[in-house]
Amino acid sequence: MSTPFAKLPRWADYGLIPVVNLVVAFLVAGVVVLLVGENPLDAAGILVKGAFGSGQNIAYTLFYATNFIFTGLAVAVAFHCGLFNIGGEGQAYIAGLGVVVVCLSFDAVLPWWLTFPLAILAAAAMGALWALIPAYLQAKRGSHIVITTIMFNFIAASVMVYLLVDVLKPAGSMAPQTRDFLEGAQLPKLKWMLEALGLSVRSAPLNLSFLLALVMAFLVWVLIWRTRLGYEMRTYGFSPKAARYAGISESRMIIVTMMISGGLAGMMAMNPIMGDQHHMTLDFVAGAGFVGIAVALMGRSHPFGIVPAAILFGALYQGGAELAFEMPNISRDMIVIIQGLVILFAGALEHMFRPAVQTLFASISPRSMGVPAAKGEGA
Amino acid sequence: MAGPAIELIGINKSFGTVRANRDINLEVERGTIHGIIGENGAGKSTLMSILYGFYQADSGEIRIGGKTASIRTPNDAIAGGIGMVHQHFMLVENFTVVENIILGAEGEPLLKRSIGKARSELQRLEREYGLDVDPDAVIEDLAVGLQQRVEILKALYRGAEILILDEPTGVLTPAEADHLFRILRMLKDQGKTVVLITHKLREIMAVTDTVSVMRQGTMVATRRTAETTVEELAELMVGRRVLLHVEKGKASPGPVKLAVSGLTVRDQRGVVMVDNVSFEVRAGEIVGIAGVAGNGQSELIEAIAGTRRAQSGAVMLDGKAIDVTGHADPGDLRDRGLAHVPEDRHHVGLVLAFEEAENSILGYHDKPQFLKGPLLDVEAIHADARDKIEKYDIRPPNDRLRTANFSGGNQQKIVLAREMEQDPGVLVVGQPTRGVDVGAIEFIHKRLIAMRDAGKAVLLISVELDEIRSLSDRILVMFAGRVVGERGPEASEGELGLLMAGVVKQEAA
Repeated sequence: MSTPFAKLPRWADYGLIPVVNLVVAFLVAGVVVLLVGENPLDAAGILVKGAFGSGQNIAYTLFYATNFIFTGLAVAVAFHCGLFNIGGEGQAYIAGLGVVVVCLSFDAVLPWWLTFPLAILAAAAMGALWALIPAYLQAKRGSHIVITTIMFNFIAASVMVYLLVDVLKPAGSMAPQTRDFLEGAQLPKLKWMLEALGLSVRSAPLNLSFLLALVMAFLVWVLIWRTRLGYEMRTYGFSPKAARYAGISESRMIIVTMMISGGLAGMMAMNPIMGDQHHMTLDFVAGAGFVGIAVALMGRSHPFGIVPAAILFGALYQGGAELAFEMPNISRDMIVIIQGLVILFAGALEHMFRPAVQTLFASISPRSMGVPAAKGEGA
Repeated sequence: MAGPAIELIGINKSFGTVRANRDINLEVERGTIHGIIGENGAGKSTLMSILYGFYQADSGEIRIGGKTASIRTPNDAIAGGIGMVHQHFMLVENFTVVENIILGAEGEPLLKRSIGKARSELQRLEREYGLDVDPDAVIEDLAVGLQQRVEILKALYRGAEILILDEPTGVLTPAEADHLFRILRMLKDQGKTVVLITHKLREIMAVTDTVSVMRQGTMVATRRTAETTVEELAELMVGRRVLLHVEKGKASPGPVKLAVSGLTVRDQRGVVMVDNVSFEVRAGEIVGIAGVAGNGQSELIEAIAGTRRAQSGAVMLDGKAIDVTGHADPGDLRDRGLAHVPEDRHHVGLVLAFEEAENSILGYHDKPQFLKGPLLDVEAIHADARDKIEKYDIRPPNDRLRTANFSGGNQQKIVLAREMEQDPGVLVVGQPTRGVDVGAIEFIHKRLIAMRDAGKAVLLISVELDEIRSLSDRILVMFAGRVVGERGPEASEGELGLLMAGVVKQEAA
């Protein structure tokens, strides 16, 4: 039976629908702000100013966005293969170990530009390995990857607490963190980049990882739409039966895709550890793995959608922190509520406004709707 | 009630730019069997969906029994006495017959009484229409023909006076189809009205009183069945003269290309689907496997093509074994010259969400001509796709269009173009014309004959007996997983039908 609604033009699919969802999310968030007795318009003003008001604020926003680009890409790559990787959090956490081992070993010996590629490889390898186990279990044993990756988040957290408290902590220190890295393991900041745009930045954690994230976004695009592997992943993602028919190995797809996904999630560890704090602390991932799911949903699993979606979530983090500081009635938890609403409308309820928008389009300009579906038997 | 059972006046329905129905007028007389025939995409199903409340017409009027009816949901249609038997059954597989019958019409929170009521009602229906089914049988244990009977009972239980059947015989044996037609005539004699949607001309001639022909969203003609011919209807459907019979010369079989011996395949539950099957296909011949759907043909070709594992037996391709019981890889088999047009093009042969060009390399995406290092050679892929579109007259000729947006016939041409253009030595084809319009069927049949004449070995399975008979040089009949007979193309329909129904004992193979 034909679908009553034809496909939307691409720009509406990828641009208009997310914007509509976002506007609704902010309207509902506004009601929440109103309920706690603050002016929603003022709050919105503070939030936007806090995120983009100055070079300093933009730098912070992009720093947070860097984390979300990596984890968003990780989720998106798995989505294209029909897999739901909820384990980005744990994969990034374990990947921190790879970064730290490289940094602690070489920071006194090598310059940063040699430590940097080694650390990328180590982070990606650790993330990929942590994703490999659930992938193997899914491919060979049929254990559902959603369940196993969630469990591996907990395992990762426990392992890292043990390592940080009992192994990596320098003797005599009270804090569960590694020693500070020397200059050979400190990534350059991107202050110059914003200053070149005429913005002033005092000191902000935005660092080279941001550019790495953009490069990875481009490479993911190439992978998905321009390589044989990406073609096979998408075939498997849309139809495992068609993949089998095309001679594509199911277990190879699951394992390779999950390792790429885990590797991308792992690279997230570069940003806070090598780029900002120059040591590894407990829980440095801070939920970025989960935000990546929302980012991938909102960005429609397309790298060029994920980057803006990650910046949006970066802005919510940064602007939200300012808002909590400026408005006494709005606590950090309120910010989490707003983020939750964005995830709810942009992610879970992604299709809520689609029929309405489609009807609208069909009535305004039927031509833009292209050829409607006339598929299947007896259409 | 007075007046015709159904009157549709000036029905219009558009999806985007496509006008699926334009100014449709239709009058179905009470107590008749009215056929609606047309190619896929002609708008038959849309029209019936409007009548049954799935869609709303953009304009126009529906009258039931002479009174204007507003049908906004299927419930309105049911309340108006309309019942529908869908092409794909809407039954809960692991419920019993009686549970399925009351589904949605339970009436009260506790089931005991409504089940009791349904039982006595079923007995009455059985008496009146000869529709006997064991009320306590579980649906998945029933033969397809019986499942369809349950669908009909479901509609009657809800008080249907008008019964719409959408392509009801696609899954039936000739004998089961005949039985269905007897039931339909009995319903007619009891004063019910039957609307039969089909693309099979023979059925129209066999059972209907009146026939309406649709083409490209319009109603082009209505005829008394007794006053028309198959040729006239085919021409009305397609808009030009159609060759209903395939013209082909004598086959000149060459060496054996594909040899199957003692092949046994079990399904996931361990049930034997293919039971010790042996046959050969030679170069330059078409071997057709006839059989009612579900008698092991699907599993047979899947095992040969490497998409399903066999339990025992051997398959030789060009004298070399295919590892059918182990790790036969469809990719390797393609390299060895075995192409496969799968039965289910929607889920297996194509990825509907892909662009046309992406599907035109499925399974051949690792061929060097489509690759530039690790990257796909996008230009070469699109050039190749456009080439195939032209050669196979795929419409619309747009290699960037989503595959789901092509009609069934054109989707099938995409698959055929892909598999045939690789110049395989052996072509395994499942249901080449299922859900394909008459014009495209003619094209596909010609292509298959051309493959044969070019010296390829073709193994064909189809539930359309006519297709098997007109294309095959040899016909094997499968029943319950076994090959129960081999016949020449001159075998009569009745003879093959008996073999398909398992009536004739297995001959010495």
